[in-house]
Amino acid sequence: MYQYNLVDQTLVDERVAQFRRQTKQFLKGEISEDQFRALRLRNGLYIQTHAPMLRIAVPYGLLSSQQLRKIAHIGRTYDRDYCHLTTRQNIQFNWPKLEQVPDILAELASVQMHAIQTSGNCMRNTTSDHLAGVAVDEIEDPRPYCEIIRQWTTLHPEFDYLPRKFKIAVSGALHDRAATQFHDIGVHLVKNAAGETGFKILVGGGLGRTPIIGQVIKPYLERQHLLSYLEAILRIYNLFGRRDNKYKARIKILVKETGLEEFSRQVEEEWLLIRDTMLLSDERINAIKGHFQAPAYQADAAEETSFNQHLQNDTAFATWYKHNTAAHKVAGYRAVFVSLKAPDVPPGDMTGLQVDAVADLADQYSFGEIRSTHRQNLIFADVKQADLYPLWQQLTALALATPNIGTVTDIICCPGLDFCSLANAGSIGITKEINEALDDMDYIHDLGDIKINISGCMNGCAHQSVGHIGILGVDKKGAEWYQLTLGGSSENEAAIGERLGPAVAKDEVTNAITTILDVYVKQRMDDESFLDMVKRVGIDPFKEQVYANH
Amino acid sequence: MQIIKDNQLCDNAWQFIADDADLPAGDISVSFNKWQQAETQLLNHEGKLGVRIGSADAIASIASDLDKIALVELDFPDFADGRLFSSAWLLRSRYGYQGEIRAIGHFMPDQVFYLSRVGVNAFAPAKADYLPMILANLADFTVQYQASVNNA
Repeated sequence: MYQYNLVDQTLVDERVAQFRRQTKQFLKGEISEDQFRALRLRNGLYIQTHAPMLRIAVPYGLLSSQQLRKIAHIGRTYDRDYCHLTTRQNIQFNWPKLEQVPDILAELASVQMHAIQTSGNCMRNTTSDHLAGVAVDEIEDPRPYCEIIRQWTTLHPEFDYLPRKFKIAVSGALHDRAATQFHDIGVHLVKNAAGETGFKILVGGGLGRTPIIGQVIKPYLERQHLLSYLEAILRIYNLFGRRDNKYKARIKILVKETGLEEFSRQVEEEWLLIRDTMLLSDERINAIKGHFQAPAYQADAAEETSFNQHLQNDTAFATWYKHNTAAHKVAGYRAVFVSLKAPDVPPGDMTGLQVDAVADLADQYSFGEIRSTHRQNLIFADVKQADLYPLWQQLTALALATPNIGTVTDIICCPGLDFCSLANAGSIGITKEINEALDDMDYIHDLGDIKINISGCMNGCAHQSVGHIGILGVDKKGAEWYQLTLGGSSENEAAIGERLGPAVAKDEVTNAITTILDVYVKQRMDDESFLDMVKRVGIDPFKEQVYANH
Repeated sequence: MQIIKDNQLCDNAWQFIADDADLPAGDISVSFNKWQQAETQLLNHEGKLGVRIGSADAIASIASDLDKIALVELDFPDFADGRLFSSAWLLRSRYGYQGEIRAIGHFMPDQVFYLSRVGVNAFAPAKADYLPMILANLADFTVQYQASVNNA
């Protein structure tokens, strides 16, 4: 993974010193609440319902075991000994003390981490495919380009006060696991006819209140022009994005109101003026690629087949293997999901003990690296098949092996009303209830690939509008109600879920979900997936049953 | 009031003249509108000329006049409005403007490092208390990831 040089280290150290001063000046009353708000947000610090919340950047989801141990240490020392994984592959602490945040940031800087631009109206953490570098369907590893983008976005002097937040995702594979069509900018690695790597650039996608699927603005961009093209888009957005209404300030609205054709023309005109002044050299790209070399895979890893015996003899292991591991481009290796979706735990939460243990397991089994996923789980990307059984046993002991990856209980869930000051309704409680109702693992596995996403408000942090089943908390005269949508997807066949009907009351949500699942089980054809069935029959059969008794 | 210019505290020699006021002698700056409407009259003025730019004003429309302009004031309505960062960048990088670019109004002392990197070389903050903060904050970082107009 990327290792800081002196420039990177100096930059994060100086950022810590800057924020220490800003915090001190704020506490002494020398800078206003309003000003400090903008400054703390750009260092990941929110003021929430109960306490500040600190969001730490995990660039494109990649972490070392040393960094993970630091996270555990911070949780123990400054927080309540747990942390939370977000849908931007980041890590949040829910109970830090404002005056201690500079110390936390200094701890992070000591392991090449930071919280820069994890909130605020600026360029956010660049996200990517959680299987980057190991996926069987990969065109090229996107991580070097993510790192190049990370550096370019970090402390960019011109674009730190944008109309609204700005998110970039990069995918290097045929299957889009990074939801690139729902980002302000989506970058796809593609090859041209000559076999050279370049980029397809999408713009204007986004979730939140007005979900919009991104459109292709540049079908093929030579790789040397990556940063100049991003800069051209950002300059047009910074100058012309709406600032009169924060709900219309994302680039998706600018693209929609300007029209893709005219917007593209403006970007192209800007780009032609700058592209030759900021070329990305092959030397630079290769130097960054050098940080993402494949680890020392064992050449004979596929020959060790004891795990086949375990698969035959131990159904629990076989079930976990089927659901919680993924194919790897190197024979004899698998990528292993660490499920943070145990039935009795808020999705994405981990205790300090679990974090430390995962760090140890990464050292033992996966070259000391871990990835976070945008569905709020972790991955050991490079596990030898011979190690799968002992790894599974240890994950089981840690309650991190619930075999539910990609199933109906692998729910994306925001912190909701329990923690977040923006929320209209609870989300963690709904997740818990759904888990309690769906306690039969065989039934869950029979349902197959179903993604439920639950957000406690319109801001849609849990991406409910692209859930196969989306659940959105709304406030109705002071009571918590929930709007259901069906048929959303953030993958290749991107789609925004369709509203099922009127919002349902809190105590009816779980019943509505189990009813939807029953309709699917009864009416699916052969091995048709939930999403395929919704596409085939539409929402009416589900609607009839869910609202049958009303 | 004093200002910061080229990393130093100094006196302000400029006067901003409202659109409907007579032009006094000396170095004056006028609004973007006034500049566009009364350019000829202004060019007969004895003393140097400056233009005050708001965040919605298009820099391109004064690009051909820049050799007659000794000061561009970027008037921040609010620190969150980042358009003037691009305006400064355009002035220096695209149009090669060599004169003074001064941030005025409601920018934050904590934004001056970024402002200096997009080409702003003078700062006239809303409060005099901010002057020492600005001088200190100009040195916030010794490293950077992007080319900027002062190191490109």
